[in-house]
Amino acid sequence: MNKPIRTMAVVVMALFVALLVNSTYLQYIRADELNSRNDNKRVRDAEFSRERGAILVNGTSVAESVPVDDKFEFQRRYPQPLKYGHLTGYYSYTYGRNAVELTQNDILSGSDSRLFVNRVVDMFGNTDPKGGDVTLTVNPAAQTAAFDGLRELGGPGVKGSVVALDPSTGAILAMVSSPQYDPNELSSHRLTEISDAWTRLTEDPDRPALNRGIQEVFPPGSTFKLVTAAAALESGQYTPDSRVPGGATLDLPQTDNVLPNDSGGSCGGERITLTQALEVSCNVAFGFLGMEIGDDALREQAQKFGFGDRYLDDLNGQVESRFPSDPDEPQTAYSAIGQFDVAATPLQMAMVTAGIANGGTVMKPYLVDEVRSPDLDVLDKANPEPYRNAVSSSVARDLTQMMISVVDNGTGATAQIPNIKVAGKTGTAQTSEGRNPYAWFVSFAPADNPEVAVAVLVEDAGVERDAISGSGLAAPIAKRVMEAVINR
Amino acid sequence: MPADPRTAFAHRRRRGAELFLLLLALAVGIGAYAAVGLGVEGTTPTDIIGYGGWLVLLVVAAHVTVRFTAPYADPVLLPVVAALNGLGLAMIHRIDLAELEQNTEANTFARDQLIWMTLGVLVFVAVLVLLRDHRRLQAFTYTSGLAAVVLLLLPLLPVIGREINGARIWINIGPMSFQPGEVAKVLLVVFFAGYLVLHRDALALAGRRVLGIDLPRGRDLGPILGMWLVSLGILVFQRDLGSSLLFFGLFLVMLYVATERPGWLLLGGTLFAVGAYFAYLVMPHVKARVGAWIDPFGTEYDSYQIVQGMYGQAWGGLVGRGLGQGDPTLIPFSYSDFIVAAIGEELGLTGVMAVILLYGLIVERGLRTALVARDAFGKLVAAGLAVVFALQVFVVIGGVTKLIPLTGLTTPFMSYGGSSLIANWAIIALLLRISDQARRPLPDLSGPADDDATAVVMIR
Repeated sequence: MNKPIRTMAVVVMALFVALLVNSTYLQYIRADELNSRNDNKRVRDAEFSRERGAILVNGTSVAESVPVDDKFEFQRRYPQPLKYGHLTGYYSYTYGRNAVELTQNDILSGSDSRLFVNRVVDMFGNTDPKGGDVTLTVNPAAQTAAFDGLRELGGPGVKGSVVALDPSTGAILAMVSSPQYDPNELSSHRLTEISDAWTRLTEDPDRPALNRGIQEVFPPGSTFKLVTAAAALESGQYTPDSRVPGGATLDLPQTDNVLPNDSGGSCGGERITLTQALEVSCNVAFGFLGMEIGDDALREQAQKFGFGDRYLDDLNGQVESRFPSDPDEPQTAYSAIGQFDVAATPLQMAMVTAGIANGGTVMKPYLVDEVRSPDLDVLDKANPEPYRNAVSSSVARDLTQMMISVVDNGTGATAQIPNIKVAGKTGTAQTSEGRNPYAWFVSFAPADNPEVAVAVLVEDAGVERDAISGSGLAAPIAKRVMEAVINR
Repeated sequence: MPADPRTAFAHRRRRGAELFLLLLALAVGIGAYAAVGLGVEGTTPTDIIGYGGWLVLLVVAAHVTVRFTAPYADPVLLPVVAALNGLGLAMIHRIDLAELEQNTEANTFARDQLIWMTLGVLVFVAVLVLLRDHRRLQAFTYTSGLAAVVLLLLPLLPVIGREINGARIWINIGPMSFQPGEVAKVLLVVFFAGYLVLHRDALALAGRRVLGIDLPRGRDLGPILGMWLVSLGILVFQRDLGSSLLFFGLFLVMLYVATERPGWLLLGGTLFAVGAYFAYLVMPHVKARVGAWIDPFGTEYDSYQIVQGMYGQAWGGLVGRGLGQGDPTLIPFSYSDFIVAAIGEELGLTGVMAVILLYGLIVERGLRTALVARDAFGKLVAAGLAVVFALQVFVVIGGVTKLIPLTGLTTPFMSYGGSSLIANWAIIALLLRISDQARRPLPDLSGPADDDATAVVMIR
C-alpha cells in the first residue's frame, strides 16, 4: 500500500503548492488592484486616519487635515469652503471623494508610487505616513473677484460660473460656480450629518454641488460667433473687412421663417464689414456666414477649440461641449450664432478665448501646479502643453483686432479697463420659451500681451428679462477678474 | 522501505527534540498573545502570566503523556499542533478585542476556545492512555460506521438539530452546540480502514476490466455507492458542501490506497463530478457559492464575505499590518471559517505561508507514519487521517483565498469551534499512537513475521 500513499503525498503536495501560489497571487500580485477598489472599507479607513496632504492656493491651504480626538484622528477642513469648494471637492467617508480630492488622491493620501521611499522610511521610523501637498494654479485675487462678482449680482442664489485661464499656459487662474456648497458638511465624521447634507444637496433643484464651469453645457449664444468668425477667416474667403449682409432679418431657406437680430433692427446697413458685424453681434451676418461656410467647417473649427472632447484631467466630470452633428441649413444658421443645439461649458468658451489670445494655439487646461512630498520636495511641476492649433496666428491677430473693437466700439464697452487694451465678446443666449436668457461674456487682456482669458456665464441672477445682457451682467465680472490678474 | 522491517532503520525516541520544538511552539503562542496586547492596547496583557502558564501546563501535560505512553511517536506532530492552536487562540483573542472595541456587549470566543483546547488536550491524553494499541480499533469497525452515520443524521432531527447560516450540521446539547460531523470524520476513517482491510483483495482483484479500468463486482461496489449516496445526502439535506466533499474524497483516497487501483479515483471522481454538477443545476445554494466564486464583484450572488476576505488579505500584503493593526472584524466569521483571512491581514503572506506549511508538515508526518506503519489497518487509518486533514485544509483555505468555491469547513486547530478542536486533537493522538507502534523497535519474535496474521491473532 505504500505506492498509493506516496502518490497521495505527491497529490497533497500539489494541493498545498496550489494554496501557496494562490495566496501569493492574492496577497502580492493582485493586492494593489484589490486595495484600489472603491468599496474597500479598509483602505478608506486607513486613509481617513492618515494625515492627508493639504491643497494649497498661493501658499494658503484651502483644504487641510487637522488632528481631532476621535477614531480617525484627523479631520478634513476647508477654510474657504464656498469659494474653493468646487475645486477642492469633498472628502467624505460615505460618499467618497470629488474634484481635486479625487484626482490627486494618491498624492494627498500618501499612497502614490512617488512617495514609496517616504512610506518605507515611515515604516522603519515607526511614524505614521503622511500625504503630500498639492498646489493649485488658482490666482486667489482672480478667484475672489470672480466669486464676489457673481455674489454681488444677487446673493448666494445666483446661478452662473466664471472660468479664467492663463492663455499662454492653460493654467486655470479662477474657476467659480454659483450657487456653492460647503464641502465641510460632507467631510464631517458624523455620519448622519453627512447623509443629511448629501440629501439636501442632491435634492436641491439649483444643484449647488454641480461645478457649472465644467460639468454642465449651456448654449453659448453670441460668444460662439467667435468660432464662426474664426472658421470664416480660416476658410480664406473672408477678411475682417469683407462685406456681409447686415439687414434686419435673414431669410432662411426651406422655411418661411426669418432670423432676426436681437435688437429687431438692422446692424447698421444692408452690407457691413465682418468687424462691424462682430461689434454689434449681428445675427443676420453670422447666420449668413454659417450657411455660406457650412456646418462641417463650423464643426471642425469648434472641435479645434476642444468641442466634443475631454481635456481636463485635474477635475473629474468635465462634460464635452457639442456642436450638432447634422443640422439642416436653417439649423446651421442658428448654430452659427450659438443657438439651436450648440452647447458649451464656460471652460470651453474660456479656451476659445484663450486660444485666440495665444496666437491660435489652445493650451491644455490644468489646475494642479505642483505636487510636493510631505517633506516639501517638489515631486512634480505642471508642464504646460499645447492642446490644439485652432487658427493660424494671422487669423488670431485678426480676431483679436475684431474683439478689441467689440470692447472699444461695440457691445463690450462695459469691460473696458483704463490704459489696457481688452478684447472681448458678449453673448445673450436664448434658452426656452418663458425662461430667462443666459448672459455671457468672454474676453482677454491685455490684448497685445495677454495674461488672462476669462469666460463669464450668468445663468440666472434673478433680474428682469430686460436687464439681462452679456454686457450688463457678465462683462463687469470679467473686467474685475482681468483687473485682478493684471494688477497683481 | 526495505522489504524486511527487521533490518529497517531503527528509530530513536526523539522526545528531547519534541520538547525543544514545543518550547518554540509555546513561544509562538504566547508571543502572539503578547503581541496582540501590544498591538491593540499598547501593553502586554495583564493575564499573560496566567494565560501563558495555562498553555505551558497543557503542552507539558501532552508531552509527558506522549513520553510515557508513546515514547517512539513522531516528535514533530505535537509541536506543530501546539503552535497552530496557540496562534489560533491569539488570533481569536485579537478579534474579540476588535469586536469589544465596537460593542462592549459583543460575544467573545477566546476564553471558550481555551476551554475547548483544554478539553481537546484531555481527549488527546485519554486516547493515548486508554488506547495502547490502535489495532484494537479494528474490532469497532462497524460500530464506528454506525456511530458515524448516526452522528451525521443527528442534525436532521427536529429538536436538537439546528441550522446555522444555511447549513444544518449542528446539534444542541443544553447550552452548547456541537458539530457532530467533525467527530464522524474520525469514526469514518476507522470504519473505512477496518472495512477495506477485509475487502481490499476482493475489490482489487475480482471484477472485469472495462476501458482499461478494473471494475469491481456489483456486490463490492455496494458500499461505495452507499457512501456516494451518503455524501450526496449530506449535500442535499444538510446543505453542507464542504463535509460532502470531504467525506467522499476521504473514502475515494482510502479505497485507492487499499486497492492500489487508480481506477477508483477516476470512477469516484466522475461520480462526484456528476453529483456536484447536478447539485449546481438543482440547488440554488450551491449555484450561489459557485456564482460568488466566479464573479465575486458581481451583484448577482452574495459574495460579501469572500470579497471582504480578499480585501483583508490584500491589505495584509507581504508582511501584514501587524497583530492588532488590521480590521479583521470587517470579515464575517473571521474568528472561525475565515481565520486564515484574518491571519493574512495581520501577519501577511508570510504568516499565511507559515500556517500552510505547518499544515503541510502535519500531513507529511501523517503520511510518513502511514508509510512506516507495520500493519495494513494502521497504514489505512494514518493515511486516511492525513488525507482528510489535508483535504479539509485545502477546501477551507482554498475557499477563503478564492482558489475554489467557498464551502463551510473549520480551519483545523485555528478556527473557533469545540467539536472541531476536540476531533482534531483526537486525530493527532491517533497518529501519534500509530507512529509510536511503527517506530518502536520490533520485539524479537520467533513466530511468523506476517503483519496481517499477527494483527488478527492479537485482536481475537
